[in-house]
Amino acid sequence: MSKDAKIPWIADEVSPEARGWEEFYRNRWQYDKVVRSTHGVNCTGGCSWGIHVKDGIVTWEMQQVDYPDLEAGIPPYEPRGCQRGISFSWYLYSPLRVKYPYMRGALLDLWREARGSHDDPVEAWKSLVEDPVKRTRWQRARGKGGLRRTDWDTSLEMIAASNIYTIKKHGPDRIAGFSPIPAMSMISYAAGSRMLQLMGGLGLSFYDWYCDLPPASPETWGEQTDVNESADWYNAKMLAVAGSNLNMTRTPDCHFAAEARHNGSKMWVFAPDFNQVAKYADEWVAINAGQDGAWWMAVNHIILKEYHHEKQIPYFIEYTKEYTDAPILVELSPKGDGYRPAQNLRANRIANYKDVENGDWKFLMWDANDSRPRMPMGSVGHRWGTEKGKWNLKLEDGVDGSKIDPTLSFLDQNDGVVQVELDDFGEGTTLRRGVPVKKLQTVDGKIVVVTTVYDLLMAQYGVPRELPGQYPESYDDDLPYTPAWSEKYTGRGRETLLRFAREWAETALHTNGKCTLIIGAGINHWYHNNLMYRAGIHALMFCGCVGVNGGGLAHYVGQEKLAPGESWGSIAMGKDWYAASRLQNAPSWHYVNSDQWRYEKSFTDYHTVPKDQPANSLAQGHTMDVQVKAVRNGWLPFYPQFNRNSLELVGQAQADGAKTDDEIVQWVVDKLKSREMQFSVEDPDAEENWPRVWFIWRGNALMSSAKGHEFFLKHYLGTHTNTIAEDLAGDSLKEVKWHEKAPEGKMDLVVDLNFRMDTSALYSDIILPAATWYEKADLNSTDMHSFIHPLSPAVPPCWESKSDWKIFQEIARKFSELAEKHFPEPMRDVVAVPLAHDTPAEIAQPAIKDWITGEIEAIPGKTMPGIKIVTRDYRNLYKQFNSFGPLARDNGLGAHGTHYQIKDHYEEAMKKLPTEKWGGEEYLSLKEDEDVCNVILRFATVTNGELAYRSYKNMEEKTGMPLVHLAERSRSVEVSFKDLQAQPKRFVNSPMWSGLLDKGRAYAPFTYNVEAKVPWRTLTGRQHFYLDHPGYLQFGEHLPTMKPKPLPTEYSDLRFSKEVGKTMMLNYLTPHGKWHIHSTYGDNERMTTLSRGCEPLWMAEKDAVELGIDDNDWVEVHNDNGVVVTRAVVSARIPRGICIQYHSPERTYSVPKSPLRGNRRAGGHNSLTRTRLKPSLMVGGYGQFTYHFNYWGPTGVNRDTHILVRKCPVLKW
Amino acid sequence: MDVRSQISMVFHLDKCIGCHTCSVACKNVWTDRPGTEYMWWNNVETKPGTGYPTQWEDQEKFAGGWEKKNGTVNLRSTDRKRLVSNIFHNPHMPSMDDYYEPWTYDYANLFTAPEGPDQPVARPISRVTGEPIDVEAGPNWDDDLGGSPIYAENDPNLDGLTPEQRQQLFAIERLVFFYFPRICNHCLNPACVASCPSGALYKRGEDGIVLIDQNRCRAWRSCIAACPYKKTYYNWHTGKSEKCILCFPRLETGQAPACFHSCVGRIRYLGVLLYDAERVEEMANLPDSELIEGHRSMILDPFDPAVIEQAKRCGVHDSVIDSAQKSPVYKFVKAWKVALPPHIEYRTLPMLFYVPPMSPVMSQQNGDTVENLENGFFHDIESSRVPMKFLANLFGAGHEAKVTYALKKQKAVRWYRRAVTVGDITMEMAIQMLREADCTPDEAEALYRLTSLCTFDDRFVIPPAQREEALEMLEGAHEHRQSAGFGFRAGPRRGL
Repeated sequence: MSKDAKIPWIADEVSPEARGWEEFYRNRWQYDKVVRSTHGVNCTGGCSWGIHVKDGIVTWEMQQVDYPDLEAGIPPYEPRGCQRGISFSWYLYSPLRVKYPYMRGALLDLWREARGSHDDPVEAWKSLVEDPVKRTRWQRARGKGGLRRTDWDTSLEMIAASNIYTIKKHGPDRIAGFSPIPAMSMISYAAGSRMLQLMGGLGLSFYDWYCDLPPASPETWGEQTDVNESADWYNAKMLAVAGSNLNMTRTPDCHFAAEARHNGSKMWVFAPDFNQVAKYADEWVAINAGQDGAWWMAVNHIILKEYHHEKQIPYFIEYTKEYTDAPILVELSPKGDGYRPAQNLRANRIANYKDVENGDWKFLMWDANDSRPRMPMGSVGHRWGTEKGKWNLKLEDGVDGSKIDPTLSFLDQNDGVVQVELDDFGEGTTLRRGVPVKKLQTVDGKIVVVTTVYDLLMAQYGVPRELPGQYPESYDDDLPYTPAWSEKYTGRGRETLLRFAREWAETALHTNGKCTLIIGAGINHWYHNNLMYRAGIHALMFCGCVGVNGGGLAHYVGQEKLAPGESWGSIAMGKDWYAASRLQNAPSWHYVNSDQWRYEKSFTDYHTVPKDQPANSLAQGHTMDVQVKAVRNGWLPFYPQFNRNSLELVGQAQADGAKTDDEIVQWVVDKLKSREMQFSVEDPDAEENWPRVWFIWRGNALMSSAKGHEFFLKHYLGTHTNTIAEDLAGDSLKEVKWHEKAPEGKMDLVVDLNFRMDTSALYSDIILPAATWYEKADLNSTDMHSFIHPLSPAVPPCWESKSDWKIFQEIARKFSELAEKHFPEPMRDVVAVPLAHDTPAEIAQPAIKDWITGEIEAIPGKTMPGIKIVTRDYRNLYKQFNSFGPLARDNGLGAHGTHYQIKDHYEEAMKKLPTEKWGGEEYLSLKEDEDVCNVILRFATVTNGELAYRSYKNMEEKTGMPLVHLAERSRSVEVSFKDLQAQPKRFVNSPMWSGLLDKGRAYAPFTYNVEAKVPWRTLTGRQHFYLDHPGYLQFGEHLPTMKPKPLPTEYSDLRFSKEVGKTMMLNYLTPHGKWHIHSTYGDNERMTTLSRGCEPLWMAEKDAVELGIDDNDWVEVHNDNGVVVTRAVVSARIPRGICIQYHSPERTYSVPKSPLRGNRRAGGHNSLTRTRLKPSLMVGGYGQFTYHFNYWGPTGVNRDTHILVRKCPVLKW
Repeated sequence: MDVRSQISMVFHLDKCIGCHTCSVACKNVWTDRPGTEYMWWNNVETKPGTGYPTQWEDQEKFAGGWEKKNGTVNLRSTDRKRLVSNIFHNPHMPSMDDYYEPWTYDYANLFTAPEGPDQPVARPISRVTGEPIDVEAGPNWDDDLGGSPIYAENDPNLDGLTPEQRQQLFAIERLVFFYFPRICNHCLNPACVASCPSGALYKRGEDGIVLIDQNRCRAWRSCIAACPYKKTYYNWHTGKSEKCILCFPRLETGQAPACFHSCVGRIRYLGVLLYDAERVEEMANLPDSELIEGHRSMILDPFDPAVIEQAKRCGVHDSVIDSAQKSPVYKFVKAWKVALPPHIEYRTLPMLFYVPPMSPVMSQQNGDTVENLENGFFHDIESSRVPMKFLANLFGAGHEAKVTYALKKQKAVRWYRRAVTVGDITMEMAIQMLREADCTPDEAEALYRLTSLCTFDDRFVIPPAQREEALEMLEGAHEHRQSAGFGFRAGPRRGL
């Protein structure tokens, strides 16, 4: 500290007095405590935060950096947390905070009046909803201001009364709840979900509705989604990033990609625009939007030709034999003088295996040693057979256990080569290519022609193997699926593609599969997302990249991992009290109930399918008709289930003489067969089939996720809408009843729990003040990393807010109070449930047959939905809510097909944790938020090593493989909530998950399957290249393929919209944004200031010039569905023909009025979208094509939308 | 040799993801008060772009920093002597148009709007006037090439590119951007300090942090004009200027500054550099082409016994010398020469250094299709989308050699690690690459580890503050312990 500065103007200030002022900033840095919490927001970030509290007020947050290290040689996780997360503290005391209960003024006035004349709140509610004038009064006011502060008692009473009224009048399945992504704050999710399930209401799915579920994952792996934790990117030596903007959406993880690059990994990025992650790439491929499928199809062409056919890389060949369905035999069915691929040949069609159990569900490989078909173990038929220990991936015969050496191709050893017809959807034609075959005699004496999946793939991908047919001669031939062919779609050159494919394969062969495809919404939100994904997945499978560290499909969009799934699932779905839950796939529910199906004609208008469809094919007609069929056949759920009250059926059946439960079920079946009773889905516009009460919490159901938002406003809420679309469907329907005029305002009551006034809150009838993530105890987990985090109250719930758990508990309390009078006795409820994945229903329907036509018997749980009877105890619902119930204690827990007993642990835990005593029994208490956390942690395998051990033990019996060693090291682990508050804890190995992560190993999916030879939960137990479901054959999606994007003219978003002034049509993309997580954070001052103060429309510079639009000008963006008015961001990084409005704006701030739509307030991004469902994804009861909540079903696609854009002529607020 | 210690910084731009978490971390803690709304002590810019305040690098307009004249350096803006004549008019002072008018929204309207025919909305409201505002600018308006025809195309660093090169930069073949996070550089030759007529700015002897005394500041605002990086701001509420304090209350307690701690791209490094203060004036006087080398030469080898001896003599604490030896900044800046100062031609001798970013390979249009240029598994930096001239204008005082050197070394390390971890590139070839980049396998290994595997403690090597010694000059540490925190809080007052 030299005093004689050599630069005269640089004075060292050393006088302590003069530096006393420095206290000014030191004082600011003082705080009283730091509390660990995180953000229960749908980014799946799962970041550990220190919440700083000063003077009893939350002042700021800062990341915690105490994550335990992973294995040596992998960068650490610290810090985690992004620009959005760090802005959260702004909300707590902001003017956007919902501090008190609010109610729509019109409703509150009517309610007070009704309560004045009705002592019974249920009667009061009845008097309002049954009066059309009154009901319309508050419906029309929805979203239009006039909110009134009210109190908890009034709100709770109205909610409870509306529930009781609805249950009595229509049935409990008219009460719906929507809350997304439980993993982000699992107790809060469970709160509403549990209350609704105990009541008999329905829970709406989210993953598929958000279009984040990649259907290709269930199709290929029988797994909803399982992905690498982000640290595992570091193990990848080739990273292909497609449709996923890591910097934007995986902000805290992105460094692993950069750090991998500096460790010699190469990174390719595929994106139409020069986006943030393109900056990170070695090579940016500016692929045309939505054409990634063509790229990957051609990549596979090269990999198969060079590395499989020509070089026969041993690692690739062995992997393909052992872990995929490539060697499985497929029957070819004659067509003309050629053949078309048909279903896999079933084992019981061959004399040797004709009597095996579940022979329809066991499959064959050609054994190279014996030169005959052999039946390997591991198929779904083994999984659900009575003989245990044969559901594994050992290449051994399922009957005698002898070794099988599977033949991949009949190229060198065949009974001839036949011409097989293959679809070329791009050109709308078919190709014929030679395929080597074997001819087999089946038990009925016939000769069938078979080939391997591998040979079909070689033909489909167009690998020339000197076989006759329309094979390309070189990469420059414009035939599917050559590099030259792909250029037409991708706009990117063949040389680049060749280089990519070779670098990919070379990397994989040098590293045994360390190539990772990071993929997301940029691909998954298109109509044909599953085809694009499958093509990418095949490049991984062909190179042995799945189930290895640093390899595989890393799908990151809306994916989540609720790690302690078994105990949580029991609590959240009320399974500890009732065996049947009502879990609804939201895409179907919204498509049907918000009447969006009425605005389109046959799906083949925009969805290309093979010509010559049989009469009863699924691949034709209106999506709504397939939807009805799917419900009737048990493929998909639908609630309301019947056009009668489900609580009245048992009584009616008994009156008709039914005595046992079986007889009651048969009575229900008979009524359905005779059409005296119908599925609600057959006539969704009839008043008795409307959903009535809707709870929304932890999500923005009316804006961010409301595909077809304007139709929600119209048909659900009955308030103003900006849509100008007109009914189109009338003539193209067969199964569903058509009403000339669609109902408006189906919902009696919409209740929103929120900490901020978002669009959903603004349009709801009751807004309940919810505690923020810094004000409650909860749990958070993710698949981006392998730690589990607590949410903790840094301060108590502010003002009159409460935690979600406490709010639903209060509603349950009030409900049970009113039930004393209205439901004095337990009620028997008939619950219809779809055929479920991970149950024997996976082998229910070998063929598509519809009982309604009489072609097959109506058998619940087999050819139609399962029908269960449960007894609801509404008077004790509150007590049930607070008690971890007997079914969990006595029957044990499980998930994803696992199972373990917990009774001893339950009893042990009662000595330590709080309990509830009632009805002569004592239960573990779920009364306080922290109690729920502890019960979940105590009984889940990932946080209780002993239970993981047990679960592996159970799985050993099923598979016959040694597994318990995987849990040996972590047997003594037992994690409590307080432990998590002290430091993040890593999960332990569990058979519920497909990755292995002990000793600091980074989690990579399916390493368990590859290393322990536990089958995938698919038809053959292997990863599937080939999808032989009869519906897939009809749709032409049995083989990997490329279907063209729906054309804007055919997609019918622009039938009624008029061009006014200089206008341009653009493809409207809504990728995830930089300044918000969906809509959360986007409205806070930090994010609005750092962005443009609104959610602008990004446009190409040349498009803008043509329209006379300058940067920051207001633009009007419209189509038949609705209108958006926002500002333009003109940028060179956007290609022509597309525009981007990042997901998701709010209508609540900075949104002016629309001159084109009557000077009414313009909407948000979903004002321009409308739901379309891909009907092929509705099939069920068949291997991996079997329903599970958020696992299977059509998804809410939105990226094929087109809009018209013009400069907004006048700005009106 | 006058050995002093300076806490210095490295930002690894190749890792920066442009998330702005750093900006919010800083804002939450330091500039969330009335008068500070528009202050972004830490901000992140998209390059090419005009940054914040807009066009700050245009010294023709803002006249910041020093200029070399008649064998010495002078402030380009005003100095103490000239201040009086310009007291009511400083033509180079940025105005609100160069920043932005802070705004919020009428959020309350969502709760209180009476029932009407249409949906209520929260309109933007000026934080200055309280009136509705049409938002025209913000602190990050050109984020990710937003408004590129207005902003990116007018980046001052495009100087020296031909019109054709400039145009190409916004076509698909070459289109590119990267991020440029900025805080106060805590310069060795700080123009802000030199410009203050009140002597309110000073550079702390013990760590080199540049501060504005909130009691002595008289709101002349000459520091704002003088700082070429525009990193001092005027607080209209208190009537004092404020700037990045490098979170000294955190540093003094062994914690990384908020923006460093929160850097989720893990791009930031912080550590001590020992330098020779006697050479500041000499270095500030070098010709442009020698500035980087000269600046680097002032940084002393903390392992050199002569330096250590002299440092002790100059009052540098043993613990600081120890810290300097562990400094990650020393490695990046001096040992490996891959981190470069921003706009050293402003001659303030900034003590924040940037590892320049790599970018994807260029492409070319071939009829209807676009092909990426091919030249090896990891492409040569000459075929990067970022023109070297552009990077040189930012980090090399216009000279490309230093930037190319830094990028080539990064690239060579990647080849080397590829050879080690995959083997599809031969070790022979990798070593050759290293040699060409003036790097050894040992250095490559160290550079890779600090870039990729760095832990929190590797990135931030904070010297012990020895606060007890500092306090002792005022009162006994024991007494301070007993009385710390007692008293009434009172902020600075206007004028005083």
